[in-house]
Amino acid sequence: MTAAATPMLELRHLSKIYGVDEAKVYALNDVNLSVQKGEFIAVMGPSGSGKSSAMNILGCLDTPTSGQYLLFGTDVTGLDRDQRALLRRHFLGFIFQGFNLLARTTALENVELPLIYQGIPAEERRERSMDALIKVGLQGRADHRPSELSGGQQQRVAIARAIVTKPGLILADEPTGNLDSARGREIMELLVQLNREEGLSVLMVTHEPDMADYANRIVTFVDGKIQSDKVRDRHAA
Amino acid sequence: MLLEALRLALSTVFRNKLRSFLTVLGIVIGVASVIAMVTVGQGSTAQVQSDVASLGSNLLMIRPGAPGRGPGGGSNDATPLTLADMQALLRYVPDIVAATPSSSRSQTVVFGEMNHTVQVTGTDDAYFGIRGWTLDFGRIFSDGEMRIGTPVCVLGTTTSVALIGEGNPVGTTIRVGKISCEVIGLLAKREASTFGQDDNDIIVMPLKAFQRRISGNKNVQSISVTFRDGAKAEDVTTQIQSLMRERRKLTGDQSDDFNVFDMKQISSVLTGITGVLTGLLSAVAAISLLVGGIGIMNIMLVSVTERTREIGIRMAVGATESQVLMQFLVEAIVLSLIGGILGILLGLGLGALGSYALNIGFLPDYRIVVASFIFSAVVGVVFGYFPARRAARLDPIEALRHQ
Ligand SMILES: Nc1ncnc2c1ncn2[C@@H]1O[C@H](COP(=O)(O)OP(=O)(O)OP(=O)(O)O)[C@@H](O)[C@H]1O
Ligand SMILES: [Mg+2]
Repeated sequence: MTAAATPMLELRHLSKIYGVDEAKVYALNDVNLSVQKGEFIAVMGPSGSGKSSAMNILGCLDTPTSGQYLLFGTDVTGLDRDQRALLRRHFLGFIFQGFNLLARTTALENVELPLIYQGIPAEERRERSMDALIKVGLQGRADHRPSELSGGQQQRVAIARAIVTKPGLILADEPTGNLDSARGREIMELLVQLNREEGLSVLMVTHEPDMADYANRIVTFVDGKIQSDKVRDRHAA
Repeated sequence: MLLEALRLALSTVFRNKLRSFLTVLGIVIGVASVIAMVTVGQGSTAQVQSDVASLGSNLLMIRPGAPGRGPGGGSNDATPLTLADMQALLRYVPDIVAATPSSSRSQTVVFGEMNHTVQVTGTDDAYFGIRGWTLDFGRIFSDGEMRIGTPVCVLGTTTSVALIGEGNPVGTTIRVGKISCEVIGLLAKREASTFGQDDNDIIVMPLKAFQRRISGNKNVQSISVTFRDGAKAEDVTTQIQSLMRERRKLTGDQSDDFNVFDMKQISSVLTGITGVLTGLLSAVAAISLLVGGIGIMNIMLVSVTERTREIGIRMAVGATESQVLMQFLVEAIVLSLIGGILGILLGLGLGALGSYALNIGFLPDYRIVVASFIFSAVVGVVFGYFPARRAARLDPIEALRHQ
């Protein structure tokens, strides 16, 4: 009980309930989970099992109904909106199934967005955003708007936006859900590379076992509870 | 961060030029009308004041007819005034330093092919000093001409230009009604027009000539007097009233059948009316500003709804409530300031046009320009705050889910 390092994040008896009385839905029901820095976790489970609910709470976009969410040993469930915004700004990166890029805004400007809120000066912002775009293989597309990019390219812009702040944790909710399997594998390889080379922790929801194969731990939700939690060897990438 | 918000607001506003323009139209109209009103209002106030100044200070005017009417509206069934009245005033009211009689009638005047209808006034030589007229050419009436009633006349510039053309009219002979009249002088142009009525359209001739050849009676329509500096208009008025009552044999319970006007007071009433009008129109303008502000609020609310997803994305990458609030507030302020600036330009343009049309000075007031600018910023803050707060209070998840 002593020597184990404090986990990066930990959920203790976490529940999320939607609705009241008869309409009550337990999206999460007494979930316990602990994640170490540098892990690449795939979250699986049937539709409606609470995966997205968990991700939203982990991403400080939502608050649990009860239980604790510890980040580096500190409970963050009591934080106010602004404090949660600051956590997202400095520590978290999001990748969404629907990309969620700003339309009518170039790839570069999309990647710059989190840096604007960090107050980084324009020049440094540009440089770092270009670097991030190069990392995801979009060096030639900086001035393209989302509507001028393919789905896979849009998702890479989103990944560049998520990693440009050098966050501790990337939360990806079905990042390959809107892509064909070849494009999906490209994205997964990119995430694995970032996980290995930059030490980024990744938590990723996916329905596809192929994609989950890239992770070194698979957590499966059923009915708002964690049904299984397996550490495994990573699929040969 | 504020700079970023400003940049963002400008790009959002200019991305949708037509919509932005329609949004700020209310502000444009509101600000433009305030500025145009105030500009024209101030021009005409200054005009009235300069008219007062040109009338000379310490001027009173006596006309027959019961009090309670304007200076132009004395009723004619009252006993008319005469030259003797004027002489009595000069003799028995010591505060009076100068007096001049005048009678006027509208006449058609002819020179060659030219025809012109103009107010012809019969008076004496004191008229010019009391009314503040100077001459550009020629001379005023001589004592002999006044005594005999020689048909000579002095023209205002407008009349002279209309009949004879530019230049010196002295020496020409014109027809005034049924008589021939030699032009002996030209009045200096007065930059004045009282409410659009041109003071320079005028013919002045000796009273005797006017009475004999034009009015056909010995009546004097009004007597203007100036009193010495330091005397009070009310005191002089009282003295004039008691003298005139005596001369007109009014007994104790009979009310005055003549009227003494303090020209300054009349002018200040006119100024007051101008002020009231300006105030009234400004109130209308203020209402249109209010409507303009509501227009901005409406569009900002629509914009917040349309951009809910964008707001969600910004929150996800770390925008705080106050940063989102700032973004939308700055956008509303930028919108209303653009409206304000357009309105200021339009208002000054309309003010210049109006001043030109009314023939008064163009007197833009920089204070009202600055006030309009600040006021439109305030409109942006006030009407932008509610939509901005709505944006800032959005729940990040709900916002991200929004289609
Ligand atoms: N805003 C909400 N209001 C009410 N119920 C909700 C809300 N969001 C989720 N739920 C319910 O909570 C449960 C868990 O939903 P969640 O979105 O976490 O599932 P999921 O595992 O992500 O499913 P999927 O694989 O389809 O994305 C579901 O029963 C869902 O109906
Ligand atoms: Mg989901």
